[in-house]
Amino acid sequence: MGKDSRLILDPLADNNPITIQVLGICSALAITAELEASIVMSISVLFVLAVGNVVISLMRNIIPSKIRIIVQLIVVATLVIIVDLVLKAFAYELSKTLSVFVGLIITNCIIMGRFEAFALGNGPWRSFLDGIGNSLGYAIILIIVGFFRELLGSGTLLGYPVLGNPIPGELTGLYAYGYENNGFMLLSPMALIVVGIIIWIQRTRNKALIED
Amino acid sequence: MEKRTDKNSYTIIFAIGMVLIVGALLAYLASALKPMIQENERLEKQQNILYAMGVNENEGTSANFVSTEDAPKLFGQYIKKQLVIENGSVAEDTTAYLIDVKKEQAKAKAGKTRRLPLFVGEKDGKTFYIAPIRGKGLWDAIWGYVALDENMVVQGAYFDHKGETPGLGANIKQRFFMDDFIGEHLLNANGEFKGITVAKGNGDPKNNDKLDNEVDAIAGATITGDGVTVMIKKDLKLYLPYFNKLKNK
Repeated sequence: MGKDSRLILDPLADNNPITIQVLGICSALAITAELEASIVMSISVLFVLAVGNVVISLMRNIIPSKIRIIVQLIVVATLVIIVDLVLKAFAYELSKTLSVFVGLIITNCIIMGRFEAFALGNGPWRSFLDGIGNSLGYAIILIIVGFFRELLGSGTLLGYPVLGNPIPGELTGLYAYGYENNGFMLLSPMALIVVGIIIWIQRTRNKALIED
Repeated sequence: MEKRTDKNSYTIIFAIGMVLIVGALLAYLASALKPMIQENERLEKQQNILYAMGVNENEGTSANFVSTEDAPKLFGQYIKKQLVIENGSVAEDTTAYLIDVKKEQAKAKAGKTRRLPLFVGEKDGKTFYIAPIRGKGLWDAIWGYVALDENMVVQGAYFDHKGETPGLGANIKQRFFMDDFIGEHLLNANGEFKGITVAKGNGDPKNNDKLDNEVDAIAGATITGDGVTVMIKKDLKLYLPYFNKLKNK
């Protein structure tokens, strides 16, 4: 049991998919300008990675090694399309919110990375746990980055103005003291810098993570 | 020893089998769910048109449509006429809202005449002329509905997109952006068609100046904003002859 729980806990910190394995950076940059988008993306990836890992793990003994990457890609794409179609038919509003993320999920390196590195060599239950663990590790970073980008970039959190009213002429809260939103935080490069700072802090605290 | 799964023949058979299974599964799902998806899209069009003319359930700062159950009833109640403008002649058509603007744009490109749908709505004694628009954002299609009065002053707008960046370009469907268009003039002071430009740094973040043919842009969403500018200019200009006639009546 101790081994199984490590599958969930390791990716949260010392084997984090974003800061240690440096996978899934693309979506961490693209959609973290708002906290809400980060959360929606995290939940979507959680679902696809957990189910996909189980499917690949069940198929692991019959997948021809020469075309395994293509097979993995087909599994992710099929899963995502099925979810998208079902949502469009039965939960149209939700599907509209999520449709933007569909393309980002299919191409998310974490998913292919976990299929290749873990699910192909492990049983379904352990693969399931690995999927949950890694997507939670992904979620933590996305939510941290989304939190700081939305707070410093727009002065809001989940759409609620937490720092006051920034409109000239009716300044309230922090803005009344001359504080200004940093529009730069809304641009993708700042996500990279925030992720960089997280990596820096993490490796300063745990020297074992530093590679030679 | 070579494993069974390494053989070429096995690889080919596996690939063919997988493609057949996945293909059949997706084709079956797509065709089984198609009627429901189409119905959802039909109701959404009605909700969009109603939203643009101010029939919606907006609360606080979030944009909310009327419910899908009520949409057909309210659509019949508020939309008095559905028009199709083709080659300058205007005809009534009760299915005008189903016209696919994307297909019509392709027709116009191919040199054929384009059908322009226009919806005439009435609410609280005021008449609204609602036109669909469609264009390109940064990643994919963007579209919307704009409600005008007879002087081509915007009374309401709804924008939507297929895949703009969440938090940036995707914000064109947020109320703070859509509501900025209300009251904006499409014509300039001389009565010429000017459109509405989504402008960076126009010094009017609260959008007090309704006559400047400009609204404030979203930070970090320049290309999506430019797409909105272009689709308003291009698509609404096509309705200019209709509005000119309306004025001279």
